Amino acid sequence: MKLPAFDYAAPQTLAEAIELLVANEDALPLSGGQSLIPILAFRLAAPSLLVDLRRIPGLDTITLSERGIGLGARVRWCDIEADQRLATAHPLLADAVTYIAHYPIRSRGTVGGSIAHADTAAELPGIAVTCDAEITAVGRNGARTIAAKDFFTGPMMTSLAHDELVTELRLPPWPAARCWAFEEFARQHGAFALAGIALYYDVRDGVAANVHIGVIGASAQLQRIAEAEAVLNGRAVDDAAILQTAQAAAAAIDPADDIDAPAAYRRALVETLTARALKRAASRPR
Amino acid sequence: MTRRDSYIGTPVERIEDLRFLRGRGQYIDDLNRNGLLHAAVVRSAVAHGRIRSLDTAAALALPGVRAVITAVDLGDNMPTIAVRSESQPSLDRVVQPVMARDKVRYVGEPVALIVAVSAAIAEDAANLVTVEIDALPAVTDRRGLDADAVLLFEECGSNQAATLSAVRGDIERAFKEAEYTRRETFQVHRHAAVPMETRGLIAEWDAARGRMTLTGAAKVPFFVRTALAKMLGLPEHAVDAVETDIGGGFGARGEFFPEDFLIPFAARRLNSPVKWIEDRREHLMATTHAREVECELEIACRRDGSILGLRGRAWTNLGAYARPNAVTPSRNLAQLLPGPYRVPHVHIDVALYVSNKTPVGTYRAPGRFETDFCRERMIDLAAADLGIDRVDMRRKNLLTSAEIPYALPTVLPYGGSGEFDSGEYVVTLERCLGEFDWKTKVALEGRLIDGRYHGLGLGCYVEGGSAGPRENARMALDAQGMVTVTVGASAVGQGLETVFAQIAADALEIPIDHIAAVHHGSTTGIHEGFGSFGSRASVMGGSAILVAAENLKTTIRAAAARRFNCTADEVEVVDGLRAVIAGQQRMTLAALSADGFDAAGTFSNSKRTYSYGAHAAHITVDAQTGQIDILEYVAVEDVGRILNPNTLHGQTVGAIVQGLGGTLLEGMVYDDEGQLQTGSLAAYLIPCAVDFPRIRSIALEQYPSPLNPLGVKGAGEGGIIPVGGVIANAVASALVSFGVQPNALPLSPARVWQMIQNARSPGVA
Repeated sequence: MKLPAFDYAAPQTLAEAIELLVANEDALPLSGGQSLIPILAFRLAAPSLLVDLRRIPGLDTITLSERGIGLGARVRWCDIEADQRLATAHPLLADAVTYIAHYPIRSRGTVGGSIAHADTAAELPGIAVTCDAEITAVGRNGARTIAAKDFFTGPMMTSLAHDELVTELRLPPWPAARCWAFEEFARQHGAFALAGIALYYDVRDGVAANVHIGVIGASAQLQRIAEAEAVLNGRAVDDAAILQTAQAAAAAIDPADDIDAPAAYRRALVETLTARALKRAASRPR
Repeated sequence: MTRRDSYIGTPVERIEDLRFLRGRGQYIDDLNRNGLLHAAVVRSAVAHGRIRSLDTAAALALPGVRAVITAVDLGDNMPTIAVRSESQPSLDRVVQPVMARDKVRYVGEPVALIVAVSAAIAEDAANLVTVEIDALPAVTDRRGLDADAVLLFEECGSNQAATLSAVRGDIERAFKEAEYTRRETFQVHRHAAVPMETRGLIAEWDAARGRMTLTGAAKVPFFVRTALAKMLGLPEHAVDAVETDIGGGFGARGEFFPEDFLIPFAARRLNSPVKWIEDRREHLMATTHAREVECELEIACRRDGSILGLRGRAWTNLGAYARPNAVTPSRNLAQLLPGPYRVPHVHIDVALYVSNKTPVGTYRAPGRFETDFCRERMIDLAAADLGIDRVDMRRKNLLTSAEIPYALPTVLPYGGSGEFDSGEYVVTLERCLGEFDWKTKVALEGRLIDGRYHGLGLGCYVEGGSAGPRENARMALDAQGMVTVTVGASAVGQGLETVFAQIAADALEIPIDHIAAVHHGSTTGIHEGFGSFGSRASVMGGSAILVAAENLKTTIRAAAARRFNCTADEVEVVDGLRAVIAGQQRMTLAALSADGFDAAGTFSNSKRTYSYGAHAAHITVDAQTGQIDILEYVAVEDVGRILNPNTLHGQTVGAIVQGLGGTLLEGMVYDDEGQLQTGSLAAYLIPCAVDFPRIRSIALEQYPSPLNPLGVKGAGEGGIIPVGGVIANAVASALVSFGVQPNALPLSPARVWQMIQNARSPGVA
């Protein structure tokens, strides 16, 4: 459980950090360290250099504007929890963050770290995909913006180049009247989600529109469940629609068997959580 | 001046907590030594196989590495670790060598030891050791007893390592005469104690004096000393085993493990102190596991619910080797099968078999947790079949005070049975039902409210305590009137220093702050000790303190009598042990002796105390997710005499939470190749402070034990015993409309969900 030997740098600027990554092909960036440090302790990775991002200024702000919500890469879970504006500016995000891990981890874990780690059971990547977020990454060739659906390419895999660092996650603006819910099932609060559903829709002319349903924990891919969204779009959110949407969600995903849960159980969880989320979304006073 | 029993029975705050909460505890990893080297154990990554080659060259070449020790270095007579309790000759053939030589038998078995100038370098070097192993098929479960199964020990001819039986009465007759019988199969899964602090050791070799000191011993330091001295070829007096503060033991920590030899061996070979701190991943694969058993049980009753007999067979999975406590869980499982009930006829045969998993040992209430689960489930099933209320079924069969002492079943081949010492078992049941308000809540049984099914569960138990044969205490009174107590029992986090200070202060009739220190466990402080296991420390150590206190007063009176020229009977010790008087004569103790006084005491007892109690739980089950929530949990126990209500309450609530962890969250999972799938606390879930908030624990002291002068009974394990059965009964109660009968643990959400699916579509899956 001792970390393997590595060099350590804590550059003052983003440019320096990128230079270090460029110069060291097996260097890894270190943000909150809540996943990376255990990975090193288990000796599942052996980087030659850790590039600590903690001294780089300007990455730890939460910005609200007409362009939506910007979360700097170094924003921690506890910062999101403490930001009262988010309860109305992005209630889905604010709610989902309360499910993340345990108190000490929430005081260190960061937005950028979670996005780059790309765990398919993690809440924030799930929110990013569900909400069609955009991720800004900066590398030696400058900045680029990547749609969340293109960013997450598989379990623990992203389209980030080795020299690129996530600098910001941007969630689109959130209409106040939007219906939403986040439902997660874990064996213990703070443990990895066996399944989680993030969803929202807008009501237009009495029916659901712009339905977004995302799944975490129960699928090899962080994804929106298009089949379920299609069932609900254009329909009133009644019991029958909820049931059919939930069934469509369960049918569409492809969960794996593991020691915590057989695939059939995870599939059932997705159906249950989708139905519960839709009921909650439909019944929440607005 | 204090009167007798100023402290016993009062909620004295834990003396230990002052140093623990201020960060002044001294745990093993807090200790340092000059020139300290650090060890890392290279462990087998293969569950079963023959070692073809072991290449240590790259590890040895790493700067900072001082030695790589392999089986070759340990010579032809590889030391093995003996079974400590209830051994049988057949078990001697399956004891664990301190390092694998030709064959590995579980993932995590030591194959080499690295010693280096830092722990990190030692770990780096461990990764450089290349072990080539020709893998053999792995035995992971009871199929290992099949005739064609691959053998862990070819020379034994079978994977069955031992058998034992518990017998009472005439079981054939009971089943012949029974009006009702039922057979069921139960399973308890492999889980483990997982104390907060992992194991750790510092070994120091004094070459000039030929002495070995092993710091980090726990639970049974005197046994560790004896075993280590023998294995090192040293006289016993040349070895010391020293306790430090310990972050939990629960029966697992402190037994003799391979590292307890390997680290001292390395220290002697390198003539340098060596430290080893077990990391969490190692802990989960190297420290003993527990509980894995299958039990096929049959109950015989009269139509009125009177139990006539219990019979069955059980198969306990020992893991790869018989470790020091391999037998105790099986023994307890068999003997305590009837629990607190009147079961005139009993016969259970237990087969202990080896498998390619981590070896097992004792874990808080070994065997008792398992056996209570099987029996309490069986009683609920039988009561339902017979149309008898499950509370009434228990009332009818619980032993009464008129029947106690009541002999336990005899365990063969060991012989001897023992007997329950005192109690009126129905009292704790009735009190529990009353506190719980069972009568009102029972209306909720099986009801679906807001998407959750409500269920109630109930269970009773007895806890065996005060393992013998004896314990020793020493007391020293200095010229300032301060008393130092030294006891052979060990502290494993249970608040021993506080409780022993209470007992000593009361026995000597002095204020508790005149107890300067309570030393415990280490072989350096007292000539002999037996440690802390089987809920024995307070009973045996506490009673030894009483004896020592009387001897101390006798010593003082004798000295005063000589000075006063009177008989010892005429002397009175007064002023809180600071003066003596005889008639008109008076003298301070300081004047009587500048050196102070000391005395020793021994308490011997081979009979066990039996605390007992009843637990009830109100739970909900979410049928769609399989999630179980505990709405209320009430425990009532009678412990004979309450020494400290605070520490007792902590023990009981802690034990219940630990039991809920084992029932709902925890599990050591292996795949078919014998690979441990739960190698971190992300996969092996232990209960957290927020998980089970609604637990009430009530302790009674209506029936003191007649077996010791304090009247106290062992009470450290009772809380965990009935938890599995209580929760499983509550799940059956909640899901009565589905007919779900949970006869296997753990009750993980996926399993509960699966049981409901199976009940909905019988014959499928």
